[in-house]
Amino acid sequence: MTASEPIISVEGLTKKFGSFTAVNAISFQVMRGEIFGFLGANGAGKTTAMKILIGISRPTSGKATVAGYDIYKDTEQIKKSIGYMSQRFSLYNDLTIRENIEFFGGIYGLTTREIRDKAEALVEKLGLRDKFNRPISDLPLGWKQKLAFSVALLHDPKIIFLDEPTGGVDPVTRRMFWNMIYEAAYRGVTIFVTTHYMDEAEYCDRVSMMVDGKIEALDSPARLKEMYGVNSMNDVFLRLARNQTRAEIA
Amino acid sequence: MEIEVENISKSFGDVRALDRVTFDVKAGELFGLIGPDGGGKTTLFRILTTLILPDSGHAVVAGHPITDYRAIRRSVGYMPGRFSLYPDLSVEENLKFFASIFGTTVEENYDLIRDIYVQIEPFRKRRAGALSGGMKQKLALSCALIHKPRVLFLDEPTTGVDPVSRKEFWEMLRRLRQDGMAILVSTAYMDEASLCDRVALIQQGRILTTNTTANITTTFGRPLFALRTRNIYKVTQDVQEYTYTRSIYPFGEHLHYTDKREKPDPDELRTFLLNKGHRDIEVSIIEPTIEDAFMELAEKES
Repeated sequence: MTASEPIISVEGLTKKFGSFTAVNAISFQVMRGEIFGFLGANGAGKTTAMKILIGISRPTSGKATVAGYDIYKDTEQIKKSIGYMSQRFSLYNDLTIRENIEFFGGIYGLTTREIRDKAEALVEKLGLRDKFNRPISDLPLGWKQKLAFSVALLHDPKIIFLDEPTGGVDPVTRRMFWNMIYEAAYRGVTIFVTTHYMDEAEYCDRVSMMVDGKIEALDSPARLKEMYGVNSMNDVFLRLARNQTRAEIA
Repeated sequence: MEIEVENISKSFGDVRALDRVTFDVKAGELFGLIGPDGGGKTTLFRILTTLILPDSGHAVVAGHPITDYRAIRRSVGYMPGRFSLYPDLSVEENLKFFASIFGTTVEENYDLIRDIYVQIEPFRKRRAGALSGGMKQKLALSCALIHKPRVLFLDEPTTGVDPVSRKEFWEMLRRLRQDGMAILVSTAYMDEASLCDRVALIQQGRILTTNTTANITTTFGRPLFALRTRNIYKVTQDVQEYTYTRSIYPFGEHLHYTDKREKPDPDELRTFLLNKGHRDIEVSIIEPTIEDAFMELAEKES
């Protein structure tokens, strides 16, 4: 995890909706293989910023590259180089595990053979062979999320964006999920993750805290705790986010 | 008792959503139903608020059996997990509407909601659908309280809510219970258990235990160690190879470890990890958290 080169570079990134500045000139870098926690209160601007970085929203001004690609010009290449999963959108409930893998493999442009090999390796690793032809809706939430994470990695992306991936998941599965994150990071995949669980913020190499559209703090959890003289990331969050003046817009 | 639940079971097809659930909630008690999604929390709320019937078992809410839906609906407030006010009505109109269907007025019970409602009053002319998540939540709570219910049901009010707003919400609940109201609140956030007077831990339709948070953690029953290291992933992997490892899980900045033996030897573990090249390991014995206890109980159950 010794990171050196930036894989995400953001400079003065701004997004306005009318007179409302959702993201206000943020700048930061994420290093290759890093687990980067992107935190903030509801309404701080996290989702808007994330949408720009994954190439589905255009900023008002500022610069950013993701996996070496420009967020204005190269959005299609960005989408091919990243994986994405969220609590709300992960897999299609009415499709079987096999169909989901085939569908997403196809979307990511893998060949039939690649999809077959990947599917094989994936169900083996997750121990889901007997459920291969069952609809996803039969799986408990925690398993769905683990499968969704694996599917988001199907095309060997350089970066994976995780938007509150563990909300509502039981404590044991939540930890198994984080072990998968560590494993991916260990293999060199960069992890960009948002969460409302502050113990998970501790698992990140570095954490940024957004307040009212700006990045108010960015450092390792240990340094942030030292800086604010508190014992937990929860307290760091409370210190910083309490100053937020605006509410959520959506 | 304001809520008495006895051996309630409910299945949907092959899925056993609730399996002989039993617990009770007293007047003035803030009671937490704590567990992951899919555990049966919402099904139980729907039964206790008379929206569906159980397959078997009994329950009494505010002095009425759950078959007496007219009486119960008059005496309870219910805030479902999904926002369910009228999005096209304004904040003020929603509140008036809920007051009028319960045959009361906003003015009559305004004292009860004042603390909460003043925070959204500046937006009283705004359509409820156009409110932020946090404001919707406050409006929904105001509407659930406007007829001064004896029993309040809140189904996952803090899901997806950031730590600051969660903290504020719990402070509101703790004030409300002082008026003698019984409050049943569900959450998937284990750390919220300590904010309740008592909790029931629930997973896959079964109650794992019912008690105060303090009493639950003292029944953990084995020594728990915290390992501190910079390399959580590698250390987790290596600890799994250690002969006496029973469990190893990341917990915030630490790893929590339990041993198969009755008398674990932390020095030996430290030596084992040192031989694996980990020089920065600190091992200390700690008190279990509610999440440790939940994981332990869930393990026993399965």
